[in-house]
Amino acid sequence: MKARVHVMLKNGVLDPQGEAVRHALGAMGFDGVNGVRQGKVIELDLADGTTEATVNEMCEKLLSNMVIESYTVEMS
Amino acid sequence: MHAAVVVFPGSNCDRDLAVAFEAAGAKVSMVWHKDTKLPDGVDIVGVPGGFSFGDYLRCGAIAANSPICNEVKAHADRGGYAIGICNGFQVLAETGVLPGALLRNAGLKYICKTVGLNVVTSQCVYTEGYSAGDVIDIPIAHHDGNYFADDETIARLQDEDRVAFTYTDNPNGAKSDIAGILSANKRVLGMMPHPERAADPGHGGTDGQALFRALSGMLTPA
Repeated sequence: MKARVHVMLKNGVLDPQGEAVRHALGAMGFDGVNGVRQGKVIELDLADGTTEATVNEMCEKLLSNMVIESYTVEMS
Repeated sequence: MHAAVVVFPGSNCDRDLAVAFEAAGAKVSMVWHKDTKLPDGVDIVGVPGGFSFGDYLRCGAIAANSPICNEVKAHADRGGYAIGICNGFQVLAETGVLPGALLRNAGLKYICKTVGLNVVTSQCVYTEGYSAGDVIDIPIAHHDGNYFADDETIARLQDEDRVAFTYTDNPNGAKSDIAGILSANKRVLGMMPHPERAADPGHGGTDGQALFRALSGMLTPA
């Protein structure tokens, strides 16, 4: 089984990388990009029976920093 | 004073920190990240700068979960002294020993230069050798030094006199110009600038010396 973890900076935390991407898109002529937020996707290949609760624990202890980031988990 | 300096794969200021402690009269033990125990009688733990674990995932995140960091956290929890410099500050923030987090610099560039720091408080063992209001020149060298914490945390740090240093000219976007903060008991200091790189005339500056000198002889073992 697999889990896909999305980690994003929380709203209110400045994302300078996203801002730089937004500027670059504007400079390339793509109008109307009002905001860009950049996060990361982490794919976990898990032993059968691993629970979503365990993945949540992994997120809170290591994969995301709850001070600045939020996460979502997709199990498949 | 007996200082332990933690070494992670990718640490690169560990020796500099050890030299600064020794110059201030300390006995220094180097401690490997896989060690599960700090040496007996350690008065202060130094978490050095560098790029522990290649800055993978987030700066300091993997180091913060290494075996020795459980011990560093326990040492801090029982009232022990610890100083985290640059990557060491990122590690201590990731362990939760210090509040907040260090984000990518607002200008997205790695910055390596000497900056001015305001000494905000002299009411802790690390800054006793300065006076509040002093401006000192200390080098920075980081890509992720942009201090962030929510407004409530920033207000608490300020109200409790736990901001040790602020930048005179904010280089990285840090909230409230914060360059260094203290734990609630003021025994743990985290700072992005490198006092150990301004601790010898050969470094081109000695404004960091007072920090290490103030430590020697003043610490009580935890």
